[in-house]
Amino acid sequence: MSSSDRSSKSAAVIEFREVTYEVGNQQLLADVSFSVAAGDTLVLLGRSGAGKTTALKLINRLLTPTRGEVIVNGRSTTSGDPIQLRRSIGWVIQESGLFPHYSVEKNIGLVPQLEHWPAQRVRTRVTELMQLLGLDATLRTRYPHQLSGGQRQRVGVGRALAADPHILLMDEPFGALDPITRAELQKEFASLQQRLRKTVVMVTHDVREALLLGARIALFEAGRLVGVFSREEFARSQDAHVREYMAPFRDAALPI
Amino acid sequence: MLDFFYKNRGQILSLTIEHLWLVGIAIGIAVIVGVPLGIVVSRSAWLRRPVLGGANVLQTIPNLALFGLLLPVPWLGARAGRLAIVALVFYALLPIVRNTFTGIIGINPAVKEAAIGMGMTDRELLTHVELPLGAPFILAGIRIATVTAVGVATIAAAVGAGGLGELIFRGVAMVNDQLILAGAIPAALLAIIADVVLGAIENRLRVPRS
Repeated sequence: MSSSDRSSKSAAVIEFREVTYEVGNQQLLADVSFSVAAGDTLVLLGRSGAGKTTALKLINRLLTPTRGEVIVNGRSTTSGDPIQLRRSIGWVIQESGLFPHYSVEKNIGLVPQLEHWPAQRVRTRVTELMQLLGLDATLRTRYPHQLSGGQRQRVGVGRALAADPHILLMDEPFGALDPITRAELQKEFASLQQRLRKTVVMVTHDVREALLLGARIALFEAGRLVGVFSREEFARSQDAHVREYMAPFRDAALPI
Repeated sequence: MLDFFYKNRGQILSLTIEHLWLVGIAIGIAVIVGVPLGIVVSRSAWLRRPVLGGANVLQTIPNLALFGLLLPVPWLGARAGRLAIVALVFYALLPIVRNTFTGIIGINPAVKEAAIGMGMTDRELLTHVELPLGAPFILAGIRIATVTAVGVATIAAAVGAGGLGELIFRGVAMVNDQLILAGAIPAALLAIIADVVLGAIENRLRVPRS
C-alpha cells in the first residue's frame, strides 16, 4: 500500500504500446495500446478468444509480445527478471488454482515464504488477510477440497494479496461460482478495492461484472481493442460492438 | 517341508538378505537416475521419445538374455553382483521414469499456471508443486519396479550373483521341489511385502489433485 513512491496518482502503472502477439501465423492480439493508471480498475471485456486473457498474461510475462512493448512500473516486461516481476504482481485465476496439498494458511502465505519472510511475519500476514477476506479462523488448517467455491476464491485472492503487490491481475476470478456467491464476492471485492486501491486488471466476459467493478472497460473483439470506456461512456456508446453488449440491459425485463 | 525350511534356515536367511541387498541397491540407483530423468523428460518434448523409447527397449530384453549379454562387458562382467545390479537397474528404470513423467504431466494445468504466475522459479515449481503432487505416481513406479526386481533378481543366480535364485537353480538341477520352494516362497513373500509396504506409503502421499 506504499504507493506514495509513485510520482503521481494518475501515472500509468501498466502500458501497452502497439502490442501484437502471434502464435505461429495466428494473431491473438493485434496492435493493442492502452494504459492503466495507479489505483484504477480496468476490466478487459470480450467473448472467448477475443484476446483478453492473452493481454493479461502479457502483463506478468507469462507471454511476451511478438511486437511492441508492455511497460510495467516504467520498465518493459522483457527487460528485467520475470520471477521478480511476477512476485510483485498478484495473480488470481478462475477455479483459484489453489495448491491442493497445502492448507489455507500455506496457500495464502506462499509468496511471502518464497520471498523468505520470517515465519512469524508470514503467520501474522495470513491472519490479517483471512480477516480482511472474511475467512473464518477455523479454516486456517483446512485444505482446498474442504472449502466451498466461494471460500476457495477468497483464499485465491488472499494468496494474490499476500506480499502486498501494487498490481492485481484477475482472470475471470468469479466465473466458476454460482450466481449468488458470485454477486456476494463481487460486492465484497468492490468494497475491498475501495480501501486497498490496487491497480487491478480483470478479465471477464460478463458485462454486469464489468459495469460493477470496472472504473474503465476495455472491449476486445477478435484480437483487437475496440476501445477503452468509462462506465458511463460504455453505457451510452453508439459503437456497434458495445451496443451488442448493452442490448440485454435496454430490455426492460432485465434490470441493470 | 517346514522341517526342511527349519533345518536350512541359516542359508535361506543369508540368501534372502543377499537378495534384498541386490534389489535394494538396484532400486536405489534406479530412483537416483530415473526420477531426474522423468523430470527432464517432462520438460523437454525433444528428449521424451528417445528416453522413454530407450527405457522401453531395455524392458523388452528377456531377463536371462540380458544377464548373458552383459557378461562379456569388461568392467561389469568382472563381478557377478555388479552385473546383476546393473541388469536390475535396467529393468527398474522404465516404470520409474515413466511414472515420474506421468505424475508431473498430469498435474492440473490451473495449479501449474497459478504457480508460475505467482513467480515460482522452475526449482520452486518442482519442489512445491510437481514433486509433492506427483509423489503418489512416482512411488507407484518405484513399487512396480521393486516387485519386478524381486522376481528378476532370482535369475541373477544364473551368473553367480547369489540371492534366492541360487536355491531355485540348484533345486531345478537336482529335481528337488523342496529346494525350489525354499527359494521361491521367500522370494514371493518379499515381493508381496514390498508391494504392501510401498502401497501403504503411496496411499499416505495421495492428495486430491483438483
